[in-house]
Amino acid sequence: MSAPIRAESRPALDRRFRLQWEAAQSAHVLLYPEGMIKLNQSAGEILKRCDGRATVAEITADLERAFGVTGLAADVTAFLGMAAEKRWLTVVA
Amino acid sequence: MSTVPRAPGAPPGPPLWLLLELTYRCPLHCVFCYNPVDFVRTGAELDTQAWLRVLREARELGAVQLGLSGGEPLSRPDLEVIVAEAHRLGFYTNLITSGVGLDEPRIRALKAAGLDHIQLSFQDSTRQMNDFLSSTRTFELKARVAALIKQYDYPMVLNVVLHRLNIDHVEDILAMAERLGAEYVELANTQFYGWAWHNRERLMPSRDQVARAEAATMRFRERVGGAMRVFFVVPDYFESRPKPCMNGLGSVFLTVTPDGTALPCHAARMLPGLEFPNVRARTVREIWYESQAFTHFRGDGWMKEPCRTCPERHQDFGGCRCQAYLLTGDAANADPVCDRSPHHHLVTAAVARADAGAEEERPLVFRSPANSALLSS
Repeated sequence: MSAPIRAESRPALDRRFRLQWEAAQSAHVLLYPEGMIKLNQSAGEILKRCDGRATVAEITADLERAFGVTGLAADVTAFLGMAAEKRWLTVVA
Repeated sequence: MSTVPRAPGAPPGPPLWLLLELTYRCPLHCVFCYNPVDFVRTGAELDTQAWLRVLREARELGAVQLGLSGGEPLSRPDLEVIVAEAHRLGFYTNLITSGVGLDEPRIRALKAAGLDHIQLSFQDSTRQMNDFLSSTRTFELKARVAALIKQYDYPMVLNVVLHRLNIDHVEDILAMAERLGAEYVELANTQFYGWAWHNRERLMPSRDQVARAEAATMRFRERVGGAMRVFFVVPDYFESRPKPCMNGLGSVFLTVTPDGTALPCHAARMLPGLEFPNVRARTVREIWYESQAFTHFRGDGWMKEPCRTCPERHQDFGGCRCQAYLLTGDAANADPVCDRSPHHHLVTAAVARADAGAEEERPLVFRSPANSALLSS
């Protein structure tokens, strides 16, 4: 249904969702009409970088830099695929 | 809202969901309204400054989803001020409205104030039934409001409360929603509290009606695919396990009524033995963490059998306290929707009466100040 996630795709949060940090929950949450999804740390870190400008490759590189790790590409792509499936994201190929 | 139940004994989390019932004034007179039938007895409405203080105190505790409801919240001329402060504080703001009073200057002002979402109610798919069920002439107005909601780029969420008198129109209701460009449709079967409880014998659908409505919803979903999301909330009287009402009282949900009374659920005022605090006298923090009304049914210490030893007690929390009270006279009983409840026959008997044909001659009682005064005396 949604476009495949490629290294040069530019994911953006769907306009129906709002992402914000909630100190009381120590988590990023996705807010939508009358609902909320509490995100784990990695989901929050990935989604907050999905601004419609950065490519998947750039998002991955930025995460690897921020957390001092390598080899995140497969995990990031899998998460973005799931998020697009759930319509949290729109993906511009 | 996805919320993982806390282990028993763990400290309570914040009131993530704040519902402000800004006023009980309403231009509609719906027969299924969950507002208390004695709403005319409610004291004076909070003023703007008091509502803003409630917002600040609740947000400080971690409240994040805000419902603005009533009555009709647009009856409050300060709605835009309340929305603006809520937005500034970081709430996700949901306006739950009949649409009456939502003209272009107001929707523009609400958009500018940061309102996130509007849920618009319809009573049925035809002017005749919509207007009969709400005892108003509002059908065409609602269609105009739906167009304004699209024009101002809001996600379009239609809510239609289903019951015996309109559930056979589900196909038409969904077609109407599609024409209006709805993105979400909630087909919410009537929950029997307040005015709906009073009118229950006239509003309860039969099993056949529910099955046909579900089938029509499935056909519609298959046809439109992902373009629209349709929620069909099954009436709990037809289930064998209760709903996890409010995720348990005092778990995530806090309602403030027009006069400042704080409730752990918008129907809870009926529950005897609870002393409901008022935001005029106590802070939201004290209310949430210390008041008897919010701590009494928190956790599982209040439970009786069969809930007390039930392996599912942390999934459904014994169901709804208000339903337990309305049907059995004791709010600490299991919700009789549960087939393990010794009172389950009360639920199946109500459904059997609906299957046999409701008492058509019993008059519907419309929600109005005059009827409220009559029912309060």
